[in-house]
Amino acid sequence: MSQIILIGANHKTAPVELREKLSFSNEETIAALDLLKQDKDIKESLIFSTCNRTEILYIPASGKQVDKIIEFISLQRDIDISEFKSSLYIYKNDDAIRHIFQVASSLDSMMVGEPQILGQIKESYRTAVSNKSSGVLLNRLMHKTFSIAKKVRKETGIGDNAVSISYAAIKLANKIFSNLSQKSVMLLGAGEMAELAVEHLISNRVKNILVANRTFKNAVNLAQKFNGQAVKFEERQDALKDVDIIISSTGATDYVLTKKEVKQAMKKRHHNTLFFIDIAVPRDIDPKINKISNAYVYDIDDLKNIIESNMNQREKETVKAQRFIEEAVLKFRKWLESLAIVPTIKALNDKISSIVEIEYGKTISSLDHLSQQDIDAIKRMTQAIASRTIHDPILFLRNTGDHRDDNLYLNISRQLFNLDIPEKED
Amino acid sequence: MNLQTADMVLQISAMLYFTSMAGYFLFLFNQKQVWQKTSLYVISTAIVLHFISMVVYTITIRQIPIQNLSQSLSIAAFFLGCMFLFFQYKFDLKILGVFASILLSATMLVVLILPDAPIEKNSVLKGFWLYSHIILVFAGEAALALACGAGILYLLQEKGIKAKKPGFFFKRLPSVDLLDSVGYTCLTTGFALLTIGLITGFIYAKAIWGRFWGWDPKEIFSVGTWLIYAALLHLRLYSGWRGRKSAIMTIIGFLIIIFTFLGVNILLGGHHQPFTK
Repeated sequence: MSQIILIGANHKTAPVELREKLSFSNEETIAALDLLKQDKDIKESLIFSTCNRTEILYIPASGKQVDKIIEFISLQRDIDISEFKSSLYIYKNDDAIRHIFQVASSLDSMMVGEPQILGQIKESYRTAVSNKSSGVLLNRLMHKTFSIAKKVRKETGIGDNAVSISYAAIKLANKIFSNLSQKSVMLLGAGEMAELAVEHLISNRVKNILVANRTFKNAVNLAQKFNGQAVKFEERQDALKDVDIIISSTGATDYVLTKKEVKQAMKKRHHNTLFFIDIAVPRDIDPKINKISNAYVYDIDDLKNIIESNMNQREKETVKAQRFIEEAVLKFRKWLESLAIVPTIKALNDKISSIVEIEYGKTISSLDHLSQQDIDAIKRMTQAIASRTIHDPILFLRNTGDHRDDNLYLNISRQLFNLDIPEKED
Repeated sequence: MNLQTADMVLQISAMLYFTSMAGYFLFLFNQKQVWQKTSLYVISTAIVLHFISMVVYTITIRQIPIQNLSQSLSIAAFFLGCMFLFFQYKFDLKILGVFASILLSATMLVVLILPDAPIEKNSVLKGFWLYSHIILVFAGEAALALACGAGILYLLQEKGIKAKKPGFFFKRLPSVDLLDSVGYTCLTTGFALLTIGLITGFIYAKAIWGRFWGWDPKEIFSVGTWLIYAALLHLRLYSGWRGRKSAIMTIIGFLIIIFTFLGVNILLGGHHQPFTK
C-alpha cells in the first residue's frame, strides 16, 4: 500500500520569521513541483503555502523519503536544515489525511473557522494538477478534502462565530447595514488600533473612509494610507451626517461624542442608521447614545462578551467537526486499503462469479427440458467464459511492472468494473 | 365542475399552506436551505390550487367568492400569498416566509372552520369598478400585512442588537437596514394599491348608490386606516420616522386593518357587512 506523507510547519510550530522564510510563492511552488515530479522516489506531490503554513504532501515510491524532502525544502528555500527541522511536523497516512482534512475545514487555522483557507488549498491543488504532479491518490484525497471541508462549513456552526474584536465588529455591522460597500466610515483617533480596525474594513470594502484626529498631521497620514480623507477633529460632529460607521480609539479621558451631539446629527442625516464602535479605554462614545433610535453603540467590553460566548459555542461545533473528519479518515483509509492488487483481483473474481451465478440460474430455471448432463455442461461453459474474460485483466494487474503506477491501474480497474462499495457522496 | 370540486381543491390548498408552515419552521430552526426551497414550492402550489378553487367556484355560480366571511378571508389569504411570492422574488428575504406561512395558515384554518353562511344572489356585486376595488384593496392590505411582518422581524433583530445579546434571531435574520427597506417597500406598495382601491370603491359607490360617500362605518374606518398610513409615510419622509418607530407603526396599522376588516362589519354593520357574515 502506498504511503501518504505530510511535512510542514504552521503558526503553532514556527514563528512568523521562519514561516516567511519557508513560504513558497506561486512561481516557486511550480518550480518546486517540477523538480519533485522528476524525482523517481516521489510519485505524487502537492505544496501549499500561506502566510500561516507551508506544507508538502506527497506519495513516496518506496520508503518514506522524509529526509529527502527536508533536504529539498532546505535547498529550495535556501535555509539551513538545523534552522527549521525542529519546527516541522511529519504526519503519515491516517495522520496526514486527518491533518489535511482539519486544515481545509479551518480547524487548524490561527482564526478557527475563517473561510479563506479552503480557497487557498484549492488553489494549490489546481497548481499541482496543472503541473501534473498529483496523481490518483492525491486527486482523490483532495476531492475528499474539499467535500469534508464543505460539509463541516455547512453542517457545523464553526464559521458562524466571530472570535476576534474586529471580526465581531464586522459581523455586527453586517447585521445592521445591508450593504457595507455603500457605507462610509469615520475613524476618531489615528492610532494603531484604528489602523488595525480599518484593515479589516478595507477587506470588506467600504465606500469611503474619513479620519479625524487631534493631531491633524497623523490624520492626513492615515487617510493617505487608506485612500481616505482627513477631517479636523473639531469637525467630527458635523461629519456624522456623511458617515455610517464610527470607530473611535482616541486617548481622550472624556466622551468625544455625547448623546446630545448625536441626537442633533441624527436629524441632519434623516435618522439613517449609525453604528459606533468604541474600542477606546476609557470610552470615547457616550453609551447612552445606544438609546437613540437607529443608533447602535458597542464598546470594547460588549464586543468581548460576544466573542466569549462565541468561543464557547465554537468549541461545541469543533467536536462535531472532528467527528465528521474521523468518519472521513476511516472511509478514505478503507478505499486506500482496497487499492491493492490482491483485494482488487478478489473483488473482480467475486463480481464476475456472482454475475455468472445469477444469469445461469435465470436461464436454467426456464429450461426444464434439459437433462442434468446438459445443465452441467452449460454451467461449465458459463464459468469458463467468465474466467477466460477476466484472465487477461488479472494477469495485467498482477504484472503491472515497476515502470507504471500501480495505483492508477488499480483505480481504473475498480472503476471500470465498478468494484467499490457505493458510498454516499456528501 | 361544481362546488364540491372547488371546496375540495380549497381544502388541499389549505393543507399545503399548513405543510409549508411546518417546513418554514424547520428552516427557522435548522437553517437548511432545502427546507426553505421546499416550503416555497409547497406554498406556491397552494396558491395555484387556491386560485383554481376560486375560478371553479366563480364559473359554477357565476359570482366571485366574496359573499360571506369565509370567502372574504379566503380571498384575503390568496392575495397575501401572491404578494408574499412577489416580495420573496424581489428581495429573496427567506425568513419572511415564516411570517407569511403562519398568517396564511391561521387565516385558512378560520376559513375551513367557519360554517358557510347562506349566500343570496346579489345583483349589486358586479362590474369593473367593483372588481378593481376588491382586487386593489385586498392586494394592498396583503402588502401591508407583509410590511407588518417585516416590522416584527425588524423589532426582533433590533432588540437583540441594542441589548448587545445576539441570540436566536441574530444570525437567522438579515440586517436591520434590509428589514427596514423591505418593510418600507411593502408599505409604499400597499399604500399605493389601497389608495387606488379606495378611489375605485368611491366610483363604484357613485355608480350604484349615486353618491361617493355614504358615512358607512367601513368607509369611515377605511379612510381612517388610510390616513394612518399616510401619516406614517409622511413622518418617515419628512421627520425621519424610520426603523423602530416605523416598524411599530406598521404593526399597529395592520391591527387596525384587521379590525376594519372584521370588527367594523361584525360590530357596527354597514353595507360591507354581508361579506363578513
